[in-house]
Amino acid sequence: MTEHKKELFKRLEPKEYVTQELISNEEPKFFRDAYRRFKKNKGAHIALFMIIGILFLAAFGPLIGGHVYNEVITQHINLPPRVPFIENLGILNGMRDNVNIYLQKGFNDVYYWFGADGLGRDLWVRVWMGTRISFLVAFVAVLIDVIIGISYGLISGYYGGKVDMVMQRFVEIISGIPNLVVVILLVLVLKPGLQSIIFALMITGWISMSRVVRSQVLKLKELEFVLAARTLGASSFVIILKEILPNIIGQIIVMTMFSIPSAIFYESFLAFVGLGLQPPLASLGVLISTGYQSLLIYPHMVIFPVLVLSLLMLSFNLVADGLRDAFDPKMKGF
Amino acid sequence: MEENRILEVKNLQLSFQLDVGTNHVIRDISFHLNRGETLAIVGESGSGKSVTTKAILGLIDDNGAVEEGSILFRLNKNGKEEIVDLLHSTKSFMQKNIRGSKIAIIFQDPMTSLDPTMTIGNQIMESMLEHKLVKSKKEALERTRNLLDLVGIDHPDKRMKQYPHQLSGGMRQRIVIAIALACEPDLLIADEPTTALDVTIQSQILELIKDIQKKTGVAIIFITHDLGVVANVADRVAVMYAGKIVEEGLASEVYYDPRHPYTWGLLSSIPSLDGKEEEILSIPGSPPNLIHPPKGDAFAYRSSYALAIDFEEVPPMFKVSETHFVASWLLHPDAPKVEMPDVLKKRLNQYSHSKEV
Amino acid sequence: MFKYITRRMFWSIVTLFTILILLFLLLQFLPGTPFNDEKLSEASKALLNAKYGLDQPFFSRFGIYMKNILTEFDFGISLSIQRNWMVKNIVLPRLGISVRIGLQALALGTFMGIILGVLSASKKNTWVDTLATLIAIVGVSIPSYVFALLLSYVFGFKIPIFSIIFNFNDPIKSSILPTIALSMFVMAQVTRFLRTELIEVLGSDYIRLVEAKGVSKFKVIYRHGLRNALISVITILGPLTVTLLTGSLVVEKVYAVPGIGSLLVNGILTNDYNVIVMIAFVYSALYITMNLFVDILYGIIDPRIRVAKGA
Repeated sequence: MTEHKKELFKRLEPKEYVTQELISNEEPKFFRDAYRRFKKNKGAHIALFMIIGILFLAAFGPLIGGHVYNEVITQHINLPPRVPFIENLGILNGMRDNVNIYLQKGFNDVYYWFGADGLGRDLWVRVWMGTRISFLVAFVAVLIDVIIGISYGLISGYYGGKVDMVMQRFVEIISGIPNLVVVILLVLVLKPGLQSIIFALMITGWISMSRVVRSQVLKLKELEFVLAARTLGASSFVIILKEILPNIIGQIIVMTMFSIPSAIFYESFLAFVGLGLQPPLASLGVLISTGYQSLLIYPHMVIFPVLVLSLLMLSFNLVADGLRDAFDPKMKGF
Repeated sequence: MEENRILEVKNLQLSFQLDVGTNHVIRDISFHLNRGETLAIVGESGSGKSVTTKAILGLIDDNGAVEEGSILFRLNKNGKEEIVDLLHSTKSFMQKNIRGSKIAIIFQDPMTSLDPTMTIGNQIMESMLEHKLVKSKKEALERTRNLLDLVGIDHPDKRMKQYPHQLSGGMRQRIVIAIALACEPDLLIADEPTTALDVTIQSQILELIKDIQKKTGVAIIFITHDLGVVANVADRVAVMYAGKIVEEGLASEVYYDPRHPYTWGLLSSIPSLDGKEEEILSIPGSPPNLIHPPKGDAFAYRSSYALAIDFEEVPPMFKVSETHFVASWLLHPDAPKVEMPDVLKKRLNQYSHSKEV
Repeated sequence: MFKYITRRMFWSIVTLFTILILLFLLLQFLPGTPFNDEKLSEASKALLNAKYGLDQPFFSRFGIYMKNILTEFDFGISLSIQRNWMVKNIVLPRLGISVRIGLQALALGTFMGIILGVLSASKKNTWVDTLATLIAIVGVSIPSYVFALLLSYVFGFKIPIFSIIFNFNDPIKSSILPTIALSMFVMAQVTRFLRTELIEVLGSDYIRLVEAKGVSKFKVIYRHGLRNALISVITILGPLTVTLLTGSLVVEKVYAVPGIGSLLVNGILTNDYNVIVMIAFVYSALYITMNLFVDILYGIIDPRIRVAKGA
């Protein structure tokens, strides 16, 4: 053993040190943590930029490209896609069956970036106009989720007892009917169109959100901090707003994100079946529905709307997944 | 390794790579276990005691564990003995030759330790069938019956067909013990086996473990945070603090002649059984964060007996007797003479008296 | 257990009944009567009135409607698709192929989903996991009719192994592409759900104990992990049925499968209300039955529900 100086053996008071608590009991930086986790998720990040990109194109796409929405030019019927510069690379060059249709018909300076449809309308413009519809439906879905879903869940869960029982029986019966049936019957009564789709979403879209909110509220309202607030005489409204809502905001965001792709899907599905928007209005579903009949001869009419729809759905799902992992890694995958 | 030793942990160091830094969970510990002996490892949560048992079983998570040192185990295979280093064995070697068959473990919470979808009987038989200890299902059933009898469960045939949720917590812990004993292991690790149980059940389970050791001669490592629990069970005690062993000795030495201020703290925080109002000395503060381990003696930061050197240099193991070692600068010849707190002294006197009576 | 099943059955019947009432009410709002067919003779009009009570006041009309459904499963006559046929004679013969494709897709999707989910969870954070997760997210994102179009373009047109539209002479082979297209979403959902569930189970205490018993990794995952995780996976089979119904509509349309999905689409396009109402009822009944089946199955498989405490 090495020799030690005697003065090292004098008594001292305990000193400051880093304890386990000091690290783990840091104030919960909920959103910062969630953001940090989200940032690590490359897929979700790319998807977010993808959504922004598609949103940008939906907003400004129809303004560029040189054609006008619903402008019918009969000579241009069924023209394949042709994009300047890119055409030199051997793709999107106006060729069908090894013949350049544009040059064959003498449209040397005409360009349809996504081609033209069976009435000679520009698909570029129509695809992005259709994407606008998808975003509109997404926006409405979010609104419905937030307004109806959250308040239904909050009220049912917070008041409990008889209120909860009646409200839950109602949900049980509504959710016992397949969504598809509700939507089809409604649209049947209300005549196909955007309004009826929105109304159908209102009836079915909020149920899962209300369930999640209700179960969270049931869990939270027994916790000490809520009991404490109640003992101090805070009103129900204040408790819901100040104590409960901030604690479930993460899950609400995640649920909202998941409702977007399913709403977009429903719109395109209804359009595909013939119950959605009616031509000449364009939505991605309408475009796919009209295009698929000539899929084998003019695949371009389907490929572009399918591509945009799939990318949009994929991106929203990826972002929703990323948010779920970021906010609450333990939440179940649905 | 000495002939009578079954396990020897040498200079074990374990750390985990986390996002925020390297967590030095085990900081150079050494201990051994003799055949048929019970060693209690005592410490607060986060002192590294559970990680040590995981390392012995080769069940350390993959998240960037950095391992140093060695864990030597006397492996008795078909009558031939050989010494293997568990820390540097492959996962498949551990699974086939060590876990379940030679070293078994009892976990803390019996309510969550059993598979809810499998019958008790199948869960007990699983390891004997896996390690091919029995030739037929009939033999396995017979053995299971005996095991249930050993752990004090009646109507074994009926119990074997039941599911975990049909049994009480105490019963379930008996089942977990039966599972651990299924392959007649040489070493049994009991990781806080009584912490999650009611006080009355606790003593029953402790008695059972003692009884089993008498009958089977299995060596036991008993992990606990409560020195009071193991007083009657342990042959030797090792006290862990912040990833290090701070005091180690025979049970009598640690209980009646404790030398480390942390052990004093642990002993004083045991509530006395006679129900008299007494001052319970709790240890102030909480364990250090091992991502940033403090310099020198980690406990000095919470100790009222701290010396200047404690904040400079890690204390070595001072030998008190052939079997008693203490890592504290207070035992250095140059250190000022300090006595254990009076409360504790009084209490230890009572214990030794009551023992004699 | 018995009480639980009775309760569930009671609520299923209440829901079905509610749906019937809603459907009847809905019919009252819809324009048109079955009698705008000029070729219909006065005699047959009288016959229909006698049978369906269309000239009766509201409540007795409701009573007759219910009686016809409950006793003869009679939802009235077709208005346009096969005019004046009883809709049950149009719908029921087409039910078989739809149910078969649906069940095939459910089986295939669940099977593939279990494989991908187990691979993904047991090889967590490796390239296998990433790939399986990617397949799953593509599967939930892309609508089944897009898969249907893609499959028919590739395997019906570019590499013509299968016929593009449903071939009556070879119903088995013809059902392969629709089944695959429909199963994608099922597979993706099962994969995603099983992955989260299995990862949670594999992190639980009892799995640690099984590992400590020295059981091989394979058995840990299959005998203990998968078994426990699958119990929860059963619960998503109910919601998945809705997806199958929705999917069947479009997939049957794409492949011209003579099932009730394509019939419903036709009914919608031609305003054949009675056909729509009957299919809506059949769909609801299928969905409710599936949910009931799942609940009972859950009770049978999970010993915590099957074997009551202390028994």
